[in-house]
Amino acid sequence: MSAATHTHDHGHDHAHEHHGPPHGITRWLYTTNHKDIGTMYLWFAFTMFLVGGTMALGIRAELFKPGLQFFDPQFFNSLTTVHGLVMVFGAIMPAFVGFANWLVPMQIGAADMAFPRMNNWSFWLLIPAALLLMGSFFVPGGAAASGWTLYPPLIIQQGMAIDMTIFAVHILGASSIMGSINIITTILNMRAPGMTLMKMPLFVWTWLITAYLLIAVMPVLAGAVTMLLTDRHFGTSFFNAAGGGDPTMFLHIFWFFGHPEVYIMILPAFGIVSQILPAFARKPLFGYASMVYATASIAILSFIVWGHHMFTVGMPAAGNLFFMYATMLIAVPTGVKVFNWISTMWRGSMTFETPMLFAVGFLCLFTIGGFSGLVLAIVPVDITLHNTYYVVAHFHYVLVSGALFAIMGGIYFWLPKWSGHMYNEGLGKVHFWLSMIGFNLAFFPQHFLGLAGMPRRIPDYALQFAEWNMWSSIGAFIFGFSQLLFLYIVVSTIRGGRKADQKQWDGADSLEWTHLPTPLPYHTFETAPIIK
Amino acid sequence: MLSRILRAPAALAALAFSTLASADYHVDILPPVTPVSREMYDLHWGILWVCVAIFFIVFGAMFWSIFKHRKSVGAKAAQFHENTTIEVIWTIVPFVILIGMAYPATRTVLNMKDASGADMSVKVTAYQWKWEYDYQQDGVRFLSHLATPRAQIEEYHGQGAAKNDNYLLEVDQPMVVPVGKKVRLLITSNDVIHGWYVPQLGVNQYGIPGFVKDAWFTVDKAGTYRGQCSQICGKEHGFMPIVVIAKEPAEYAAWVKEMKAKMPAEPAPTPAAEAAPQGGGEKVAAAAPGKADGKSTYDTVCMACHGTGAAGAPKLGDKAAWAPRIKQGAGVLHDHALKGKGAMPPKGGNMALSDDAVKAAVDYMVSASK
Repeated sequence: MSAATHTHDHGHDHAHEHHGPPHGITRWLYTTNHKDIGTMYLWFAFTMFLVGGTMALGIRAELFKPGLQFFDPQFFNSLTTVHGLVMVFGAIMPAFVGFANWLVPMQIGAADMAFPRMNNWSFWLLIPAALLLMGSFFVPGGAAASGWTLYPPLIIQQGMAIDMTIFAVHILGASSIMGSINIITTILNMRAPGMTLMKMPLFVWTWLITAYLLIAVMPVLAGAVTMLLTDRHFGTSFFNAAGGGDPTMFLHIFWFFGHPEVYIMILPAFGIVSQILPAFARKPLFGYASMVYATASIAILSFIVWGHHMFTVGMPAAGNLFFMYATMLIAVPTGVKVFNWISTMWRGSMTFETPMLFAVGFLCLFTIGGFSGLVLAIVPVDITLHNTYYVVAHFHYVLVSGALFAIMGGIYFWLPKWSGHMYNEGLGKVHFWLSMIGFNLAFFPQHFLGLAGMPRRIPDYALQFAEWNMWSSIGAFIFGFSQLLFLYIVVSTIRGGRKADQKQWDGADSLEWTHLPTPLPYHTFETAPIIK
Repeated sequence: MLSRILRAPAALAALAFSTLASADYHVDILPPVTPVSREMYDLHWGILWVCVAIFFIVFGAMFWSIFKHRKSVGAKAAQFHENTTIEVIWTIVPFVILIGMAYPATRTVLNMKDASGADMSVKVTAYQWKWEYDYQQDGVRFLSHLATPRAQIEEYHGQGAAKNDNYLLEVDQPMVVPVGKKVRLLITSNDVIHGWYVPQLGVNQYGIPGFVKDAWFTVDKAGTYRGQCSQICGKEHGFMPIVVIAKEPAEYAAWVKEMKAKMPAEPAPTPAAEAAPQGGGEKVAAAAPGKADGKSTYDTVCMACHGTGAAGAPKLGDKAAWAPRIKQGAGVLHDHALKGKGAMPPKGGNMALSDDAVKAAVDYMVSASK
């Protein structure tokens, strides 16, 4: 059965033999199809990415030169806060859930997710949460302005925007937990005959582990923000020393959520890169088993390192040392992954289409973020860098050139499969290089700013920080606007273009490439394939 | 010796950058001036060079592979996919390197956290948005505010006034310490979490309301060292700098004398017993301004919202906003302030305040807004 005939036929076949997608808005409102829901997650994530990106450009515009040119400091603080919340909860996480929806059922040979209606619900919950978050800009007092970490007592001082933010976080948490239950159940119960756990593509493995992390920590975050809520309105004093509480306790609880959250945002990226690299090296992934173990080790370690966000709260020496050692340990499994990826490329037969470029970019830049993380893990060094732009540079290297580059690489990798059309390779490469240059110009100088002692979350700065800030802003605008090119490429690919092959990439070996036609029919694997 | 070797390439890199541009392109941690911050500085460079070396080895291999093992030069893909020996090696080697990094870091941490045997203690209290320094032995106490004029900062309507050299890093009353003495800081906050951060002194410590945390430094070089609040603390977070001037002991003594002469007669210290800790030796009552002085309570607590209009609070002096409230009568307003209403937390969020202090602050705001 050739890919061509299949592509040609499927439209008719499926329209008659099975129910195809209904038309109009109800298709999207009522859908229980994992592909439709995956698509909605991805578009939601992209929309929020543009919203959060616009805020980031507002921040960089204000920081272009010393002095306050555009924003009131309080509004500036709201921008940094909501930028963080939107990017974490609105862009990166939903994008990965979108990938999970599209890929997990197909990669394990299942017809759909285990709980299709819950799947629909967990997507649609995102909309009210996003509206609450964005709506908080328009209430008296303005949106949350305490940093995305929501530390009390500062957050207690603000108005109803905080309650809206707390409620939004509750809803997002519920959505994530439902999504995770769905993913875990699907992976554990719906694998095709012969698809043992250790045969699953690494993307599925990383998501299985991520889903467990989510279930473990989202309730912790929900608890923390609920305590904020009762401290605000119901006279409790969880975080108020005068009532017997302790603000530091919020930091402990928040970061007990917050650090696993960091890995929630990077493990699926590891999964995507582990699919892309072998496909373009035309060579199997090196050290599959050790990749699985390394992912699990990172996930387990992520629960005992939260204190490294708190080296300046005044923990005793023993506490600081424990969290320093535990944090440094994470470098070991992370190193294993990087070495495995490079060994996958070693003696391969590589080509460098856009997904591969993003994967290689990920590898280099994520590793830089890993190294700056190691530097920050060293308590005495962290003391001088804590809450400076060095930290900002560090987590943008892991979250933008890490998570986001993997997401963009993944989109270029699977879009031909999903849409049936090839994207414009030349434009894709232009998009990669603009992103690469813009990103590094925006964030590399921030290491220098941090080393020189520029605190984060300030709307204005001393004169010695002016030069690097100017370059950083220029880079941020290049990076930001080049994402419009990404939008153009994706939209034009969906609307038409050269037909993609069933197995568009030579080395791609997961089931969606080997067993399913391009473009994908609305329903796949209604009969489970037998995996040998 | 080792530290000199470590710093040599740093100096080279700095030189390269400074020739690259005449402008202010800082690429390094500011020169350390205490034994601890010097250790921090050396640790940073040591670890950075290890990371840079690993990066170039690993990615050197990757780029070599990218150029040699590409399809366009006719590379045929090998099919190996595991090798236990090498996998064990690249798990163990990084582990050993990490131990090499952890050892010196541990020594510095133990040193850094040992504030015992200090020659003097200064209690540092953070407020939104200023610092208070209270010299425990010398009896000097003062507030320290940003000294940069607003006209230099605000450029909403075109170019602002020419900026000072130490724009945003200058204060009206700097902290002064003697060179060569171990200065212990007792850091706390009156309202929200702040961070007392002076990079060159190697101190970055949160001030947490209701708790006192300590840190210490011994400056070994006279000079002026600047820093900022490191933890977001509200609207003016970017505008509460720290300036520490280290002087020779004799000059320091003269400064203390001068400051004491300038200081107003000390008001009776506040009895803080009321809000005493229920547990935990380091817990103390949040600093409660003395007596029922409405204005001082307003200045330290209420103005966070009522001075800025944050959270929809009626601003001080906004007659239109206050009129309907004043109509409700002082009793109702006192009650709301004590128990909280809407976004207004009970006692403005500072439960350490006495009821009288809160009432006095309300009366002050009412009288200023009629």
